[in-house]
Amino acid sequence: MTRTLTETLERPQTAGAPAGPPTGIRSSRKRSFTVRKGLTILAFMAPAILFVAVFIYYPMLSGSQMAFRNWNLSNLTDTSFVGLKNFQTIFADPVFYTVLRNTLVWVVGSIIPQLVIGFAIALWLRRKFRFRGLYQALIFFPWAISGFLIGILFRWMFNSEFGVINDLLQKAGLIHTPIPWLADPTTAMIAVTIANVWYGVTFFSIMILAALQSVPDELFEAAALDGAGKVRTLFQITIPYIRMTLALTILLRVIWIFNFPDIIWAMTGGGPANQTHIVTTWMIQTTQRGDYGMASAIGLIIVAILIVFSAFYLLAIREKKAVQS
Amino acid sequence: MIDRETLPARVVRILFLGLWLVITIFPLYWIIITSFKTPGAIFSYPLTYWPEVFSFENYIGLFEKAQFGTYIVNSLLVATVAATLATLISMLAAYVLARFEFRSKGALMMAFLVTQMIPAFIALGPLYLMMVQLHLVDNKMGLMLIYIAVCIPFSTIMLRGFFANVPDALEEAAMIDGLSRFGALFKVIVPVMKPGIVAAFIFNFVNCWNELFLSVTLMNRDSNKTIPTALNGFISSFNIDWGSMSAAAVLTILPTMLLFAFASRYIVQGLTAGAVKG
Repeated sequence: MTRTLTETLERPQTAGAPAGPPTGIRSSRKRSFTVRKGLTILAFMAPAILFVAVFIYYPMLSGSQMAFRNWNLSNLTDTSFVGLKNFQTIFADPVFYTVLRNTLVWVVGSIIPQLVIGFAIALWLRRKFRFRGLYQALIFFPWAISGFLIGILFRWMFNSEFGVINDLLQKAGLIHTPIPWLADPTTAMIAVTIANVWYGVTFFSIMILAALQSVPDELFEAAALDGAGKVRTLFQITIPYIRMTLALTILLRVIWIFNFPDIIWAMTGGGPANQTHIVTTWMIQTTQRGDYGMASAIGLIIVAILIVFSAFYLLAIREKKAVQS
Repeated sequence: MIDRETLPARVVRILFLGLWLVITIFPLYWIIITSFKTPGAIFSYPLTYWPEVFSFENYIGLFEKAQFGTYIVNSLLVATVAATLATLISMLAAYVLARFEFRSKGALMMAFLVTQMIPAFIALGPLYLMMVQLHLVDNKMGLMLIYIAVCIPFSTIMLRGFFANVPDALEEAAMIDGLSRFGALFKVIVPVMKPGIVAAFIFNFVNCWNELFLSVTLMNRDSNKTIPTALNGFISSFNIDWGSMSAAAVLTILPTMLLFAFASRYIVQGLTAGAVKG
């Protein structure tokens, strides 16, 4: 995902060639474009295209018109076109604004600690030490677990009566009475975000470590010769050098966390009283109630938010690049 | 390579990395420990960080009271079939995308990428209705078909990266020797790319093994449930039985951890290969 996205996004700046029609084909390729080649491409691509078209794109597109209909599984006699009524209902619902605020807290509260801790780990892992391979394998293990199970693990640890987190906090003298973590909206939001930070640091440390390893050593040597301190080297050499990778990794993560309902689903189910829903868990719950019209409308809102955010973000990082070069 | 480290810096580094290791491992440790406690020990003060008696009661109960065996078989079956077919189909697509230039290539790649940005559950409702019409609701085959479709985009993109690293002189030579392109792919390229293909398979398998929202929507009968669907039922109940829950979690996590330990190097390679160029 990251690989091609990086390529696709960077190509216009680096090579000036759009991702679409072939411009710089090698001559041997040009000569060999025959019916036979066309058939090969078709035959090899057909199964993949078929599956993705039928089971992903068709439901997605046919679903978007439901957003403008009265479409509820509990009453299928009336599935008439209602225009923007579903959207009006959503915008009039106070839960929607709680959900938006929670989504913002969830994304920002997760991504900043993930980035900072992930960056620190990556920096420290650049230095070779004994058992570094083993250490990496161990800290990368959360990756193997699904978000849903992570949620279950943390739900148990945040249990108010027999949860280990309250027990440890009490042993450390930080609290005197157990905190009912998941029963209170504020602490529940904190708890799910902590679980997500724990889960996501790995991804950042992997991506940043890979990016750091691409920085030529000469740069650091030159910086050291010029007497630049560690902090200065970090902010004036390392970060600018990997800026593009960093920016794209953050974008991917924002989209991904925004779309990531599993942990909240398992830990609180959006509760208590809808107070920890983010926009995707809210949508899934609406789907499960059978209100497909409303769920599709929320789905379209999700897609709109993602597109607008990504467009602004990409514009912002591109501008910066243009200014600096 | 890197400047010399001062003693305080070294202490900070070791402390921090050590602390993070503890934080990372602890949840796993805790769920394993919980799963081996007797139900009485789980819900009693003070909490014990090492069980006084190791009990298999939770595990036995899982298979006796709940149909956990059935869930495991279902998950294994669905994930194995879906991951195998998805990997094969992605391999063909990835090969073409890595080797040929054609007009719609950019658009196809974009169409695959978009599915990674917009989650599959956005179309849960319409998908459910479509499966009703196809008579594939509450049907393992129906779930497999959807899982194949969900796996294809990412594993195609990942495999394309691995194909690009194999010189095309390899299959050209094989084709001069009289093999068809299809034959050349499977007899010459696949053996060279084995690690990448295994990694893609494992990645797909783990994703299918873990998938929740699609299977919750599509599978109703107990005999059809996969493990995550069953666990979702466990947590929706009013009183969660944390003993069997933790045993179930351990049984779900262990296979994927073993597989990931085996393939993580290649998955990391696939994820980061292109990203580091910038």
